Amino acid sequence: MAETERSPWFLPVIYVGGLVFGLGLAISGMARPEVVLDFLQFEDFGLLFVMGGAAVVTGVTFAIATRSLNRAPLTGSEYTRRLKDFDRNVLVGGGIFGVGWGLSGICPGAAYASIGIGNYPILWAIVGMFLGAYAQGYWRTLRAGDAADGVESTAD
Amino acid sequence: MMESIIPLLAVGELFPRGITPYLLGGLLVGLGAAIIYLATGIIAGASTFLESTLSYVSDVPRFNRFKYVQSRGWRLVFTAGIISGAAIWGLVLHPGIWTTDVQWWRLLGGGFLVGVGTRLGKGCTSGHGVCGVGSLSNTSLVNVATFLVVAIGTAQLVQALGVSP
Repeated sequence: MAETERSPWFLPVIYVGGLVFGLGLAISGMARPEVVLDFLQFEDFGLLFVMGGAAVVTGVTFAIATRSLNRAPLTGSEYTRRLKDFDRNVLVGGGIFGVGWGLSGICPGAAYASIGIGNYPILWAIVGMFLGAYAQGYWRTLRAGDAADGVESTAD
Repeated sequence: MMESIIPLLAVGELFPRGITPYLLGGLLVGLGAAIIYLATGIIAGASTFLESTLSYVSDVPRFNRFKYVQSRGWRLVFTAGIISGAAIWGLVLHPGIWTTDVQWWRLLGGGFLVGVGTRLGKGCTSGHGVCGVGSLSNTSLVNVATFLVVAIGTAQLVQALGVSP
């Protein structure tokens, strides 16, 4: 996936995929923290259909592509599933994310979409996310040192 | 008559906004991820953008690993696409600016914890919640169960303390 092997269609397709993704987040109400908080407070269970509907589409797509398709046309990459190693960080990180999501009603993709619907107060959340991402990266770099760099697996 | 109305009322209480926008929106979220995956093989998540973008301005080695520096350009484009797609809703489907009433300190403090937790936990609602669950990954299923339970507890606690919204 080096830069030189990329098709000229690579970035346009990423943009269009993001566009459909963001339109879906806006239509589903996930770009509005109140809708997410209504779910977490058991006042509206619609979020289950958002996550479920999206996971079914990606699940069917992954299943077909990994079994039947050869290589991705724009990059030549193999089709794989999203399988990350399990460790303590998956639980600790999930818990910290849960507190943040429950407090604010916003997650990263939905926060970007929220800018698109004109919700400028969401910039508080986005500033917070960058500060949080910076804090954990700074702290983990200090703790692990350069030796562990590139060894531990991370996320998308 | 009553027997057929009661279940409908119950469903209406569970889904006061109906289910159509949720299901349609969810299918589009999945479709957006599927378009990128089928064309490029990339399983896109939204939270890596935070760290890959920090590599433009920070020397911290963690943000400057090859996988972040090499993907930071298209991740900016992906995020620009998400903002643009939502803008279609805000400009065409539901014209007007919508702003949240959730208090700023909840957004800032919650956002900070989201930034820490998604990066430490290897993904967020899109990476684990949509793509990881779609992959039937045990790691993702455990992560999603964890953040759902903790988020429900947190939101209900905050509500019980009288904070609204």
